[in-house]
Amino acid sequence: MWEITVEAIRLIARGDAEVLEIAALSLRVTAASVLASCAIGMPLGAAVGAFAFPGRRAATAALSALMGLPPVVVGLAVYLLLSASGPLHWLDILYSPAAMVLAQTLLVTPLVAALTREVVAGRAAEYRDLFASLRAGPLLRLRALLLDARGALATVALAGFGRAIAEVGAVIVVGGNIAHHTRVMTTAIALETSKGELELALALGLILLGISLGVNAAVMLLRGPSGALAA
Amino acid sequence: MSGAPPPLIEARGLTVEAPGETPRRRLLDGVDLAVPAGGRLVVMGPNGAGKTVLLRALHGLVPHGGTLLWRGRPAPPGPRRGQALVFQRPVLLRRSVLANLRFALAAAGAPRRVRTPRAEAALGEAGLLHLAHRPAAVLSGGEAQRVALVRALLAAPDLLLLDEPTASLDPEATRAVEALLARAAAAGTALVLVTQDPGQARRLGGEGAILRRGRIAARGPVAALPVGGAWGPLDDGGPAGLGAAP
Repeated sequence: MWEITVEAIRLIARGDAEVLEIAALSLRVTAASVLASCAIGMPLGAAVGAFAFPGRRAATAALSALMGLPPVVVGLAVYLLLSASGPLHWLDILYSPAAMVLAQTLLVTPLVAALTREVVAGRAAEYRDLFASLRAGPLLRLRALLLDARGALATVALAGFGRAIAEVGAVIVVGGNIAHHTRVMTTAIALETSKGELELALALGLILLGISLGVNAAVMLLRGPSGALAA
Repeated sequence: MSGAPPPLIEARGLTVEAPGETPRRRLLDGVDLAVPAGGRLVVMGPNGAGKTVLLRALHGLVPHGGTLLWRGRPAPPGPRRGQALVFQRPVLLRRSVLANLRFALAAAGAPRRVRTPRAEAALGEAGLLHLAHRPAAVLSGGEAQRVALVRALLAAPDLLLLDEPTASLDPEATRAVEALLARAAAAGTALVLVTQDPGQARRLGGEGAILRRGRIAARGPVAALPVGGAWGPLDDGGPAGLGAAP
């Protein structure tokens, strides 16, 4: 156990090419999916939080429910969409990082939207009369609410990042864990552990742990002492 | 038929019901009032009399019954163009003072290129230019209320509705707010001011009305009204203490 740990640290310290390649792809895929999730989920969550419309409660409940989507099921759904007989086969991205980004985006968007709704709803109530009095249109209101909540939304994005980078079920189904192409930290850890290559698995695990801890620390710092999703 | 212009805003038998209450309870119960262009109306009365509800109804923030005429025509639903409301507690977006004013101009449809110069000019005229880049969240109560007032006046409203704008301010901040009000009035903006401060009512002058239990209990020139706190207990529930409206 001790030797494995020492070797894992050595792999990281000497900048092992394979470790760096896998970690870099993980970060790229995760960053892309979080960006896409924020672009979709933040306006969506803000709209649900800010505006009264028929079915708003159902939409809120749906966002909360979708936060708990099982990753493997999402992976399977994306696989079916992208496979040769699926409606999106023409994209020709199955077993590519793009497919992994798509799957992670589907997983993370509900989380981002639900947390954004929570952040925006309180502020929308606070500003309701002001917006009405100033006759601000819906897009202006939405923009103002998102801009006002930018600090809290940064923590939402980090929470999405944390969920995406630690995810394994969906990316292994749609990415295939192909060496030098779609192998990311979580899928590599699963593979290397099953092969008994524990040094590489542990090295990647330590990097993943460091990133997760860093992201969570950033979330805590942004949330402040109260732990609330404050601006 | 007289050629006199219609009042800027006129309420006849204005009613507002408390939302979601059974049996129905009227917060405003048949209020009649009229404010001419450039006129002033000071509304006083005990807590719970319906003063804030009256302002919100005049502005279109709450549904109402009765007749409400804006510029001589039935008021369209929702807040009307040409009106502005200053809330008792100033609500400012969590950004700079200048950005708050730019937002109001954007909402009013002002082109992007004119927003900053117009906002800076308005702050300058109010003696608040030094606050332009300060986050709204760090303003004092008096500063925030003056910024809210400048924001309300940005679109040059014909009617400015004010809900106890100096309720929690010290005398100096109150004077600063009143100076802004005096400037607006001098520029021809009609004012409807809700206040609990008899001194402020006298300083502003114009017509006055005392509201009790959702009804006008007395009206007339402010100087002639018994505004020395004689409208009874602070919470509206006791005897009127005032004669009926003429």
